[in-house]
Amino acid sequence: MAEVIFFIAAIGAIAGAVGTVALRNPFYSVLALVCHLLALAALFLLLRAEFVAAAQVVVYAGAVMVLYVFVVAYVGGSGEPLTASTGATLRFASLIFALALFAELTIALVGTSLSALNSDGAPYESGFGSPAEVGELFLTKFLLAFELASLLLLIAAVGAVILARRRTGLGDPREISVADVMRVTASDAPPETMLEAGGPPHR
Amino acid sequence: MSLTWYLVVSALIFCIGAGGVLVRRNPLVILLCIELMLNAANLALVGFSRMHGNMDGQIFALIVMVIAACEVAIGLGLIVALYRRRLPIDVDELRELQG
Amino acid sequence: MSLETYGWLVLAFPLGGAILISLLYKVLPGRAAGVLGTLAIALSFLSAIGAFSELQSLGEEEKQVVAVGWDYAVSNGVDAQVSILLDPLSVLMMLVVSGVSMLIHLYSVAYMGGDRGYARFFAYLNFFVFSMLLLVEAANFVLLIVGWAFVGAASYFLISFWYRRKTATDAGIKAFVINVLGDVGLVLGTFFIFQGTGTLDFLKTFAEVDQVFSVNDGDLVAGCILLLVGAFAKSAQVPLHTWLPDAMEGPTPVSALIHAATMVTAGVYLIARMHTLFEQAPAAGDVGAIIGCLTLLIAATIGLVVTDLKRVIAYSTMSQIGYMVMAVSSAGYAAGMFHFMTHAFFKALLFMAAGSVIAAMAGIQNLDRMRGFRRAMPFTFGCMIVGGLALSGIPPFSGFFSKDEILALLFARDDWHIVLGVLGYVGALLTAIYTFRMIFRAFYGEPCEEARELEHGHLFHAEHPTNPMTGEIEDTDVGFPGPEHHIAEREFPMKVAMGALAVLATIGGVVQIPGVNEGLHHFLEPTFADSSLYAELEPSTTATIIGMVVGAGLGLLGIFIAYTLWVKRPEAPARIRERFAFAHKVFVNKWYFDEAIDIVFVRPTAWLGRFFATTFEQVVVQGAFVGGASGLVGLASAAVRRVQTGYLRYYAALLLMGITSLGAYFLISA
Repeated sequence: MAEVIFFIAAIGAIAGAVGTVALRNPFYSVLALVCHLLALAALFLLLRAEFVAAAQVVVYAGAVMVLYVFVVAYVGGSGEPLTASTGATLRFASLIFALALFAELTIALVGTSLSALNSDGAPYESGFGSPAEVGELFLTKFLLAFELASLLLLIAAVGAVILARRRTGLGDPREISVADVMRVTASDAPPETMLEAGGPPHR
Repeated sequence: MSLTWYLVVSALIFCIGAGGVLVRRNPLVILLCIELMLNAANLALVGFSRMHGNMDGQIFALIVMVIAACEVAIGLGLIVALYRRRLPIDVDELRELQG
Repeated sequence: MSLETYGWLVLAFPLGGAILISLLYKVLPGRAAGVLGTLAIALSFLSAIGAFSELQSLGEEEKQVVAVGWDYAVSNGVDAQVSILLDPLSVLMMLVVSGVSMLIHLYSVAYMGGDRGYARFFAYLNFFVFSMLLLVEAANFVLLIVGWAFVGAASYFLISFWYRRKTATDAGIKAFVINVLGDVGLVLGTFFIFQGTGTLDFLKTFAEVDQVFSVNDGDLVAGCILLLVGAFAKSAQVPLHTWLPDAMEGPTPVSALIHAATMVTAGVYLIARMHTLFEQAPAAGDVGAIIGCLTLLIAATIGLVVTDLKRVIAYSTMSQIGYMVMAVSSAGYAAGMFHFMTHAFFKALLFMAAGSVIAAMAGIQNLDRMRGFRRAMPFTFGCMIVGGLALSGIPPFSGFFSKDEILALLFARDDWHIVLGVLGYVGALLTAIYTFRMIFRAFYGEPCEEARELEHGHLFHAEHPTNPMTGEIEDTDVGFPGPEHHIAEREFPMKVAMGALAVLATIGGVVQIPGVNEGLHHFLEPTFADSSLYAELEPSTTATIIGMVVGAGLGLLGIFIAYTLWVKRPEAPARIRERFAFAHKVFVNKWYFDEAIDIVFVRPTAWLGRFFATTFEQVVVQGAFVGGASGLVGLASAAVRRVQTGYLRYYAALLLMGITSLGAYFLISA
């Protein structure tokens, strides 16, 4: 039973991965990645990592991918341009090397090099992978990592806001400022059109 | 179910992601492929955690997820800024930092 | 005070004088610098007398005293100390050098008055005296070389004293370059000798010479000939003599002191001091004798035709030093040193008198323009006559005894040196002729314009000061001679100095009258005790008397010829010049030595320098070395720069390839 679920999940994961890489439209790539993440969550469940699987679905597939969807919608990204990409030989060479890397890793895993691989898995107690266990570890053994991770999240949030804000110097010409309003109200002649009054309210 | 399978899957996903980083030109898709690689690492970590019966691998995987989230936030912020400046969203066109 | 103390004091006073005058030159009023300088040398002379008396009080065997100041570079195999050697030879040199220097300083106090560089002059002059004394007192090769170099430097300073005159600075450079050649010879000679004996100290070297080197050993001969090169450069012997006539660009006291009495005799001193080496390598001694003989003849012939007053005396100096070199190279040490002493007296006197005449001529030195100063300048005339008679070897003046002693010793050697002796007598005849040519031309005949003015009591002043050689207009500011001219008749210090030297030139011969006393020979014996020839080489009395008669006769004959040609029949010289036109041309062009040196050495060196500056520098150094190195770096960095393409995927690919390669490596090695 477990093998079946494993194979289904594995194939789903690999298919999602291939889809992410190969699909032309970035929107489809994002959706393929979501499938991949869900399949990976299933693999996590098989490995008795319930909390991680839940986090994967809720945080990763839920929040991060939604963010991705928003940005893809904003940016557009209508697929790869049709002009010939530079470095076609580079693409070929990199594919070869990626395959080579995979081959190496497989040999490493399947061969007798990694003798510490225990095929069956260690015996575990019932609380393995539960949120209680994770929480306890976070607050005792890995407290520093926990705190640093939260700090990092803060920095990332602030950074993202700063990166993506509008800068006044290069701002939208249709943007009005207080000075414009004062000028308009101070002048005697009533404005004829809405544009003279300061333009339509900006988005 | 032997652990080797999980690890092989993880390796395969990692290499697919690596190939994707090298092949695609849209920075959004490149970021997605990086996500793939991170997930592959997560899978390997959780697999080892299961093998040893130790929760450390899972904690590590959770932290990796946090890192991935932060990185995505910043990366997407960069792309939005690029879009705002009306620059081409194409990694091959953005190469002014060269020698 | 002890002998050593006197020895150090002799050095200390001129050095102190030089330093003091240099430091105070701005605040010293009027002639104070001159007085200070003269005082310093006078104290040095008194210390030399003290040293002399102390030396005489020592026993015969102990008359070579080495006083060690401090260790300079004493280590394994090298023993260079700051030490002075006080023995009869060095004390004789000290006495003559400091005594004559003192008189010349006194002369300069008046002569250089009005010159803007007055204090500088005395500082340099004191420095020179210090260097010369260091040279003669040195007890080892290192200090000798130091003193040698210092006198060369002092000579350069003083020749180009009037530094705004291009002829003077050119002459200074010429003198310095030729001196440096001599320095190289001296140092190389020292190396050759040091390599054999292993010690730099004189007395130790002399003691070991006959054990280390065989007679006429190749190394020793080479070393001695290199020492001779040094001696010839300093003493202006052929072929390194071309600097001495040009050195007359310096002020007359400088010519008197450096280029007549003291510095140019350093070579003679060197050969005399190294007599042990030269006796062990007679081949080198023969070379010295032959060169000395050649020089005395060549210089005498040139002196017959030169028209510049100071240059006549310069060639005369060259000739007389030829005599001295010939003497000390042929083991006539006492004779050579005797002639050195008398020559210092009468040559300095001649230069001083010449300076007086030139001052009367307002700086002009050309003999063609001088005539009839006899009545206008009686004192100068008298000094000139005394000097001339001493130079020509007329008894009872000092030059007679010293020159004839040399020639008698040459004849006493009874081998091919006799030829040198005969040539020496020929030179004596020529000497008398050119000396009195100079005197008769300047002092006899119808007085020239300057002389007439002087007879009326008015010292001639030229409208514009000019360069005596080229006639360029000058001024009298610093770097050129001052506006005043001082003649002996009007300046008391000059009279005192010249008078003292005249007296010495007259009576100086009494220390060694053959058959009567042997003062100098006996005095110098401790220095030359290890010389086999010194004691043995005694001309017989008859030979000496014949020699003296011949010498005196030749001198008188020369004066008579000069009188005939330049007083009684003034048109005769022109006729003789026409008859011997070729010889005259060779003599006037100084035997073409300058031209030969120019073609053989100067032009190729200049060409080589130009070649290196242009071709070698541009093509090889700039192009290959500098351009090559920087070009290589540029190429390498250009190659490396290509990695920075700017493509993100390119970097990622490199990363991946790197990881793959690493993984492969670890996989394979595991």
